[in-house]
Amino acid sequence: MARLPWKRKAAGERRAPRYVPAADKRLRRVITPEGVALPFAIGSRAARASALLLDLFFIVGSMVGTTLLLIWVAGGVGIQGDSLDKNTPVAHALQALAIGWIIAMFLYRNAYFLFFELGPRGATPGKRICGLRIAARDGGRLTTEAVIARNLVRDIELFMPLVFFASAYSSGADTDEAGWAGLAWFAIFVLFPFFNRDALRCGDVIAGTWVVDAPRRKLEKAMSLGEGARGRSTLTGAAYRFGEAELAVYGEYELQVLERVLRDGREEALAEVAATICAKIGWSAGSGDERAFLEAYYTQLRERLERGMRFGQRKADKFVPYARQATSSAWRFTATELSYYGEQQLDVLEQVLRADDPETLGDVAARIGGKIGRDVDTADARPFLEAYYAQLREKLAGRVVSGVR
Amino acid sequence: MSTLAQRVTGWFSKTEEQAAAASEAALRSDRFRLERETDWKRLEAIVTRMEKGRLRGISDEDLLALPVLYRTAASSLSIARETSLDRATLSYLEALTQRAWFLVYGPRTTLWGWFRRCLGGGWGAAVRAIWIDLLIALAAMIAGTVVGWLLVSSNPDWYYSLVGANFADERVPGASREVLHGTLFGHQKENGLSVFAALLFNNNAQVSILAFALGFAFGLPSIMLLVHNTTMLGALLWLYHGQGLTLDLIGWLSVHGTTELFAILLAGGAGIHIGRAMAFPGEATVLEAAAAAGRRAAQVMAGVVFMLIVAALLEGFARQLVDITSTRLALGGFMLVFWCGYFFVWRRGRVSAEGH
Repeated sequence: MARLPWKRKAAGERRAPRYVPAADKRLRRVITPEGVALPFAIGSRAARASALLLDLFFIVGSMVGTTLLLIWVAGGVGIQGDSLDKNTPVAHALQALAIGWIIAMFLYRNAYFLFFELGPRGATPGKRICGLRIAARDGGRLTTEAVIARNLVRDIELFMPLVFFASAYSSGADTDEAGWAGLAWFAIFVLFPFFNRDALRCGDVIAGTWVVDAPRRKLEKAMSLGEGARGRSTLTGAAYRFGEAELAVYGEYELQVLERVLRDGREEALAEVAATICAKIGWSAGSGDERAFLEAYYTQLRERLERGMRFGQRKADKFVPYARQATSSAWRFTATELSYYGEQQLDVLEQVLRADDPETLGDVAARIGGKIGRDVDTADARPFLEAYYAQLREKLAGRVVSGVR
Repeated sequence: MSTLAQRVTGWFSKTEEQAAAASEAALRSDRFRLERETDWKRLEAIVTRMEKGRLRGISDEDLLALPVLYRTAASSLSIARETSLDRATLSYLEALTQRAWFLVYGPRTTLWGWFRRCLGGGWGAAVRAIWIDLLIALAAMIAGTVVGWLLVSSNPDWYYSLVGANFADERVPGASREVLHGTLFGHQKENGLSVFAALLFNNNAQVSILAFALGFAFGLPSIMLLVHNTTMLGALLWLYHGQGLTLDLIGWLSVHGTTELFAILLAGGAGIHIGRAMAFPGEATVLEAAAAAGRRAAQVMAGVVFMLIVAALLEGFARQLVDITSTRLALGGFMLVFWCGYFFVWRRGRVSAEGH
């Protein structure tokens, strides 16, 4: 069977899709020559649009500025109506200014992007402000040719419609028609990034580049240096020691939430989180000493989880033990009962379980129960949903292995 | 802390203070981090400076240390991923490794250095690599000229639609031999030639960039653009042929035309190359083929801009100042031979088309 150029793969050799949570859809991994997988986040289309607008603003601003400057200089030289064609010193000076203007306009239009993207930051000022930069798609070196190619194509994407319209206007043709044609042209190229996974524009396709987030982070303080980390409170002198069962309720996800709360250091958040943990493990921490309590809990939880890591046991979040119990719990769902929902609903269900709001849990449980035809008691909502979540996740993961989505 | 303090601590992999802090930490993964963070911070300082383009402020010692520090950070990252749950440290290391990676594996040369290497063989190699597309572009241009001639000779009204308003001032069908002769000769005394040259360059450069960029649509618009632009040439040839001035017109055109038309040929060929690579990608995927073709074609295009500057200078000055057809022909012929020799005969073994 002859293959069409845009259908490179026969039906059988399709890549098996992975289950990707919504937040990670923009993440790509590039393996460096050292064998380290570096995560790159594809720059969001909104950030790219604002970067472009900023750059256009800078370009137009410099164009206007240069023009005004040259006019001012020309005024100093003295302008006469047709002095450009005469063979006088003034005419020569004006000629030089005119040439300077033409070359400056050419450079602003064509070399602005080129100059900045070839620099060590790989980004124009607009991209830098929006936290973006360009990179080679294959993880190799970003070459000069690639930067040239991606910016030459920009010319037809951005400036062509304008030129088109202007030429129709100056030659007296129908500007309405030219305007619509220019708009359609513009729309095709502007919408191009919305029709591929990596948000490539035409220039990126030709150059083999993409635009990624360029994060800059400060190294924050180590968490386990203070007294609190040793389980002693400097305020009350109390010692916090948590048992295995008290630490077993949380996983890595909760640890990272706790880390964020501790690093932010907002009093209300600290109090709230401390109350939640106390309720969960059945403690009562003295109010006013939440920070020491949380630092102790964080350090001991992290120690436990990291020890697990060293032995090859990772625990993603607090649902993992539930999930394990749930598969052997009273709730067993048949394949038909699990076939109603997909990945998107799984994500929603996960959010509902994390939010842990009794009312929502009851609602969602009732809705799922209604769909699959089971009666769910409101008190039973959480175990029911946990079991359904675990079994649905297992089923979707299984399907992914066999390549059906 | 101050950069001086950072630099001083950077000289020793571990200071007393650091070692003490490391043993203070309750967690093993934090001790791992505290033992290495001076190296990370030193790398961050170097990377930040290089990103700001202040290469001169960096000592040789630091520059030499960059690849080593980058590898240290990369290996720290892969160890930390397996042993640490400190999200902030992991994201810091990821961002730092990424930034250093861009510098260590970034473009090696400056724009000027690249351009020099390009002129010194890379450009010619890239041009030779797209020879099939150049033949297609040449065929399109010849076809355009012939079509222009045939259209106008069958019906002179075509002339007005083919030749733009700016050219059709006195050069119209039915113009006398003297008028046409006057458009070709006797302009030595004119002023403002330099402005004219700059305008011509600007215009031609945009047209050739367009011919290149339109290759994206499988090369067809590039071919159409080439045909369209050369029909005008055919129409002009027909007009001057009618008054027996063919050779003089060719002389007048050839001074800059051999360079300018060659440049447009290259630009169109580059566009067709991309289009052809996307339509017939061979074993590679469409995206890979387009990227490889785009990089090759971009090198051709950088040279095209250079050629157009030469063409504009020739057109703005040489054509007006040289007033004899035979000299004009010799000048144009010399440029043609020069470019052909430069692209297809002169080659340097050590520079390949990809420039690696």
